Amino acid sequence: MLRLEKLVKTYKTGDQALKAVDLEIPEGQVLALIGPSGAGKSTLIRCINRLVEPTSGKVYLAGTELTGLSAGALRKERRRMGMIFQEYALVERLTVMENVLSGRLGYVGFWRSFLRKFPQSDVDEAFRLLDRVGLAHMADKRADELSGGQRQRVGICRALIQNPALLLVDEPTASLDPKTSRQIMRLICELCKERGLAAIINIHDVALAQMFVQRVIGLRFGAVEFDGPPDGLTPDVLTTIYGEEDWEATIEKVDDEEIDDTIEAAQ
Amino acid sequence: MPVQDYNDQKLWQRRTGRESLFHWVLWLTGVAIFAYCWQQISDATTWFFVWDAPRIANDIWTRATPPKWEYFTQLGKPIWDTLNIATLGTIIALVLAVPVAFAAARNTTPSRFLVRPIALLIIVATRSINSLIWALLLIAIIGPGVFAGVVAIAIRSIGFCAKLLYEAIEEIDETQVEAITATGASRWQIMAYGIVPQILPAFAGIAVFRWDINIRESTVLGLVGAGGIGLQLSSSLNVLAWPQVSLILLVILLAVVISEWVSAKVRGAII
Amino acid sequence: MSTELEAILGKPWKKQPFIQRRWLRWVLVAGFVAYLIAAFMTIEINWSRVYEGLERGKQFVLAFTSPDFSSRSGDIWDGMIESIIMTVASSVVGIAISIPIALGAARNVAPLPIYMICRGIIAVSRALQEIIVAILLVAIFGFGPLAGFLTLSFATIGFLSKLLAEDIESMDRVQAEAIKASGAKWMQWINYGVQPQVMPRLIGLSMYRLDINFRESAILGLVGAGGIGATLNTAFDRYEYDTAAAILLIIIIIVMALEYLSGLIRARVQ
Repeated sequence: MLRLEKLVKTYKTGDQALKAVDLEIPEGQVLALIGPSGAGKSTLIRCINRLVEPTSGKVYLAGTELTGLSAGALRKERRRMGMIFQEYALVERLTVMENVLSGRLGYVGFWRSFLRKFPQSDVDEAFRLLDRVGLAHMADKRADELSGGQRQRVGICRALIQNPALLLVDEPTASLDPKTSRQIMRLICELCKERGLAAIINIHDVALAQMFVQRVIGLRFGAVEFDGPPDGLTPDVLTTIYGEEDWEATIEKVDDEEIDDTIEAAQ
Repeated sequence: MPVQDYNDQKLWQRRTGRESLFHWVLWLTGVAIFAYCWQQISDATTWFFVWDAPRIANDIWTRATPPKWEYFTQLGKPIWDTLNIATLGTIIALVLAVPVAFAAARNTTPSRFLVRPIALLIIVATRSINSLIWALLLIAIIGPGVFAGVVAIAIRSIGFCAKLLYEAIEEIDETQVEAITATGASRWQIMAYGIVPQILPAFAGIAVFRWDINIRESTVLGLVGAGGIGLQLSSSLNVLAWPQVSLILLVILLAVVISEWVSAKVRGAII
Repeated sequence: MSTELEAILGKPWKKQPFIQRRWLRWVLVAGFVAYLIAAFMTIEINWSRVYEGLERGKQFVLAFTSPDFSSRSGDIWDGMIESIIMTVASSVVGIAISIPIALGAARNVAPLPIYMICRGIIAVSRALQEIIVAILLVAIFGFGPLAGFLTLSFATIGFLSKLLAEDIESMDRVQAEAIKASGAKWMQWINYGVQPQVMPRLIGLSMYRLDINFRESAILGLVGAGGIGATLNTAFDRYEYDTAAAILLIIIIIVMALEYLSGLIRARVQ
């Protein structure tokens, strides 16, 4: 459904962030992108929706080539790719509801959005999503009043209300505590399953990635070093991706049934 | 190196020889420049008047007190004009400053090499020239009156507001803008949802701050004929009606204090 | 689906207004609109005069393309030098006086009686505009740059002392306490505990004030307090737009140069 062909990104400074990355993601697959800082993970997902303009190579989303699109056509395609950010990237001074509805901006005209007159169906959908993540009662709170986990939930709602086919997720848990991290990762993966979405999740926590996804891509210096199921991440593989370190402790299966129960109880 | 060996003893000095020499030369030049400036001012001064100053000051004081309170009835309209000059001038300036600020900010300018320099030029040109000079110029062009005052205040304020505003725009959090862009929003929607909410508090603060300054400036615009209470001040000074002058000065002082109080209150409520 | 959610679905959503009370919102909006209408009604605009003025306005704008530096070069030169001299002298004196007053106006350094006096001085200096002070000082000291110099020095005190005092009040207590704990005398304490913390800000503010003083010095001439203002006024009175344009250009260039310089210096000290 998403296909990258020889994607290259060279920054003006001369740094080559991506070296001819080839990748194909089928419908509904959740994929984790791991790799050390500076490996090009963020650049890769930003090249897909062209927040960062790739230097060369092609990106196809369901048969449409994104890399050659005009600004207007690109905006239409961006609606099909929801994005979730590391620092949540909510517009802090807008309310939760406005933040969620901002996911519909690609569908409504300027004046409607400016006057906050979104179609009723959008408003209903926003409330449904907020209810799904447990924040319906917070709709009129300002985004900067929320805790980190709550903000990330709002960010997820904003991405989902776009009705996307693909989620681009950039370090969703980097600013969260371990427990909230798991809750957020689980939420994202559940929602992807419910809606049959494909997702690319940038993540530096290998254990967390292994816990939730079906496929892992290891990136090093802008090139794909590993592509396989989470079980395939042996110490040797991690060494090729990250460099020499004792990896045994990381890969140990974490039994998180207990934590799950507490989370369910909390919700 | 500040630490030197001197007869096998470590000697610590704050600066090395060359550094301290440089400092001395800098200070010496400064003092020489100041001495020259003072010399020039002193040459251009009639010292006889200066020695006589305490007597004159005392003389003015006795003439100016008590203020002519009943003159206040004639100040209603000028005060209203002064308020209008400041308020309307500020509003016009804000309307014009917004596009200039967006054109001048590095992250929103449509073109770095064409539009941005023009916007920066507008900012520096309007900011460098005092509103009294703008008033002089406008009076020469469109004639004396309140309107010239409004326009003078407006022009002077454009640069000030646009400068503060574009600095605020450059300081916004780019990831929020990125997030809105990623939803497929159009250029104007990105502005309305990603940028405007972030700069709105700064904008409100700048508006009130400049309004406060403009109240001060509009009280004296009348000195060159641009309407407001300064007109009364000017005519009273011309006929040496000191009791009227003292009353006007009291009114101006009061206006300044009130406007500063209002602006502090509003800014407190916003931020 | 929860009942809570069912209750919300299908209902329109509206952004909560900034001012929650409906009547207050209406009163504010209506009051503002009424004020604007009243203000516009009372401004008398002589449109035919404005229309005539457009031609002169055009001439003035055109004058910027061919400014005349030469025909009154003597007046311009003298006026500029006088402005610069006033600026430099008043900045030096103003800054020198501001520092002790700023120390006195910082509550964490000065005792209450001194604090009150210094705050009083600052309040008076800030409340009186330069041009009004200049008028009074010209009346007292006679025409010439001395009145302008005194005006600018006086204005500098209010500006600089206030901002510097605020900086001193917000400085790091611990550093200052550490110096006090070493048994330093008051002067030593100021020199070692306070001065290093506020020095960058003092330099930055001084440069900024130098810039303001120059701009202000350009208008003091209008009331006879010396500087380029008198020459400019004469140029406008005689409709010599090309000379006026030349003077304005010089002012703009000097202000730009000062801003550039202060940017460089601030970048170095911080």
